[in-house]
Amino acid sequence: MSTESLIFEKGAPGRRCSTLPALDVPARPLDSLVPAELLRAEPAPLPEVSEIEVVRHYTHLSQRNFGVDAGFYPLGSCTMKYNPKLNEDMAALPGFARLHPLQHESLTQGALQLLVELEGFLAEISGMTRVTLQPAAGAHGEITGLMIIKAHHEHRGEGHRDIVLIPDNAHGTNPASASLAGYTTVELKSDARGRVDLAHLEDVLAQHQGQIAALMMTNPNTLGLFDEHIVEIARRVHDAGGQLYYDGANANAIMGITRPGDMGFDVVHFNLHKTCSTPHGGGGPGAGPVGVADHLVPFLPGPLPAKGSQGYFWEDVGPLSIGRVRANCGNFLVLVRAYTYIRTNGPDGLRHVSDSAVLNANYIMRALQDEYDLPYDRTCMHEFVFSANRQKKNDVHALDIAKRLLDFGIHPPTIYFPLVVPEAMMIEPTETETKETLDNFIAVMRQIAREAREEPSLLTEAPHDTVVGRLDQTLAARKPDLRWQPAAVAAGDS
Amino acid sequence: MSYVPNTADEQQAMLRAVGADTIEDLLKPIPEDVRLKRALALPPALAEPDLKRLMLGLSEQNADLDHYLSFLGAGSYDHILPSVVPHLVKRSEFYTSYTPYQPEISQGMLQAIYEFQTLVCQITGMDVANASLYDGSTAVVEAALLAVGPAGTGDVLVSRALDPQYRATLKTYAHTRGFTLREIELDQGATSLAALEAALTPETKAVIVQQPNFLGVLEDVRQIEQLVHRTGALYVVAITEPASLGVLAAPGDYGADIVAGEGQSLGSPLGYGGPALGLFATKEQFLRRMPGRLVGKTVDDRDQTGYVLTLQTREQHIRRERATSNICTNQALLALATTVYLSALGKQGFAELGAQCLRRAHYAQEHIAAIPGYTPLFTRPFFDEFAISTPLPPEQVGAALRERGIVGGYDLTRDYPELGDAMLFCVTETRTREDIDMLIAALEEIAGPAHVH
Repeated sequence: MSTESLIFEKGAPGRRCSTLPALDVPARPLDSLVPAELLRAEPAPLPEVSEIEVVRHYTHLSQRNFGVDAGFYPLGSCTMKYNPKLNEDMAALPGFARLHPLQHESLTQGALQLLVELEGFLAEISGMTRVTLQPAAGAHGEITGLMIIKAHHEHRGEGHRDIVLIPDNAHGTNPASASLAGYTTVELKSDARGRVDLAHLEDVLAQHQGQIAALMMTNPNTLGLFDEHIVEIARRVHDAGGQLYYDGANANAIMGITRPGDMGFDVVHFNLHKTCSTPHGGGGPGAGPVGVADHLVPFLPGPLPAKGSQGYFWEDVGPLSIGRVRANCGNFLVLVRAYTYIRTNGPDGLRHVSDSAVLNANYIMRALQDEYDLPYDRTCMHEFVFSANRQKKNDVHALDIAKRLLDFGIHPPTIYFPLVVPEAMMIEPTETETKETLDNFIAVMRQIAREAREEPSLLTEAPHDTVVGRLDQTLAARKPDLRWQPAAVAAGDS
Repeated sequence: MSYVPNTADEQQAMLRAVGADTIEDLLKPIPEDVRLKRALALPPALAEPDLKRLMLGLSEQNADLDHYLSFLGAGSYDHILPSVVPHLVKRSEFYTSYTPYQPEISQGMLQAIYEFQTLVCQITGMDVANASLYDGSTAVVEAALLAVGPAGTGDVLVSRALDPQYRATLKTYAHTRGFTLREIELDQGATSLAALEAALTPETKAVIVQQPNFLGVLEDVRQIEQLVHRTGALYVVAITEPASLGVLAAPGDYGADIVAGEGQSLGSPLGYGGPALGLFATKEQFLRRMPGRLVGKTVDDRDQTGYVLTLQTREQHIRRERATSNICTNQALLALATTVYLSALGKQGFAELGAQCLRRAHYAQEHIAAIPGYTPLFTRPFFDEFAISTPLPPEQVGAALRERGIVGGYDLTRDYPELGDAMLFCVTETRTREDIDMLIAALEEIAGPAHVH
């Protein structure tokens, strides 16, 4: 397939796609309504294309993009499960999609009811008391949760607590969010079994007595391993005056099996785009609701949807609230999809989701561990991490294995993460894949392991069958070209 | 209904393959004392037809804008959504994909975002734009964070006519980061130049002004620029109504350092306020301090043009605690929608969009102003929103309009009590003359004979 030119390089002057209705009010000169100095001198130089050109162009672009609907996507930590079509249809209902956020409550009773019920579902799944639906994404949930923790400490006169503990295998967003919240991060080491090293935790807690604000943790962690010391960890952090933050990135492993609240966590964020099957959309929108235990409820952002004797309404929060974390109520249409998903599955269905996610991951891990190094050889939860250390001896890296998978129509695993595993390949099949798909992946991975031994150039030169080959990242970063310019301008620039 | 495809027999075979008898054997790492020893207390599963009925019922308890005539804006705007936009956005190759970390199989989304970045530059007149942020309010927060830098201290001056929800969001983050927010008073509905001048100090890191502002008024953006740039502060222009850029001067033309705003109304449904689309554009010199994803053009190993995520060393997954921002996503699907939308409207269509909003709103404002009891609050120029002083409390006006199937303007009394009884009306290209005349007739009726002179 040849390259697709840009929309700016298509069309012709005067060509139109969408047109507006005829103006049926007086067409007064614009500068009689607004002073000329506040008006544009020239129209914005947007494309001039017909509808067929727009449709062909973006259809061609879609054909140059891989999604879950196209094939297997075992991208660790991202939970690329199937996105049900029903959810899309429900989110498109005019009563949800064509709704203004500031409409009077009496005109949005259905939306408010959905939000109240969804909050209840998420509170039950996580074992928390209340949940804010405002955060737009997981990282947004993290900063919200940390702000809540900060407000809690300040309220108790312990605003000096400035340290957030983060295990060495945590997602990069955890330390970034903690820094943004004004905290200093201290990394916790993992033990030989991939868990938080309790002795190290003890040392760190002793060393920073009175300074611990929180521990941020994912459980199961990014190695796909459940930390069975969680109750002990929670006790020690609580004893040190810290709060426990649960990164819900891996919640697909635990629904109906265990709950962060029961493990001792005080704050939880969800990634509804992972756990509740809402589409990732090429990088967003997601939704990152945050649940809290009883003692943190007063600090939640507001307003919160509520049910009263007169129906549903937006309830103002009290003076301890951290305030808004964004405009409006959150990514509502994402929440509609998540609500639909939970109602489709019911309690038994959600449990079956998590059970099956765990089974699928173990099935692949056990079938391939003779070909790939498994640094933590334990029963995994919904995902696990291989190392390409063995392949590295033939000068084949995790990156090359990833690129070779592209030739087989399979999206690669997450690579080089978590950082504690060299040449990491993090594999999360999710529950929505058939046994045949898993078997095919296993066969392909075995073939690639063989190629790495016998014909490594097949990997190092991969991919062979994609619309473009490996791209020059260094050039992109060294000479950033971030927008199209008309030829004349571009030439004048260089 | 289950989306787990494997049958019980198949799962049994898989269990055997991993040396387990039951799923329970795989869950042993989870200690007994944290196990949930009951089923989740959730409503039972529903079959698709039952669920559709339930959801349709819920959705119909909302007054959607296909059935109600709305004159509500105040940060969220109803614009025509050509069918071509949702059709292309719904292609599942786009919406079921993840962040394009594997560029060889993500050229479609990457190129679309490169086009998006270009289009945002074209409408704002800025040098560079990112791949989008969560929403307008958080985009403005990110602008403030860029201005205060890693230390997170200093003053940020905010016009009182910045969207109240944006101001509230800024306040939350200011408290966390430790910078000081100072609100600049209004004069006749616009940011007071005298108050701004008095508030600017060497400690001022940024000045945030919205154009058109929350009260619909057009700010004197060029005069403000002169004042701001006498100091070292960054000039942040917030935009919640991007259709205005069809006719209004581009912020790049009047010296904005950062444009941060909301792009949802360009191609995505209102959706009760989310998902939204944070726009962020700036000058070349701030490129490496800009938050969020960026797509760049490059070449592959066969010398073909291609696109990649670039300058990722600023981002959290590489820099961790030293990242410029904790954001690890953009709103790619909405950015795609805006890309298709702006391409579909095109050069002429986008200009006409702005012109129609402007003319229809002025028709409405003049006729409402002619009704006894209704008076425009300000005489300054406006785009497609205007504040009207009402003869009755706006709560009552709103209720009376609802009885007539009309969603009225935004009740300003809560956020701006100093303005008295006042309502903010919005008229976009979606409102016909007939629609506007219905509003006028209703407002006349509501005012009642007491106000007939």
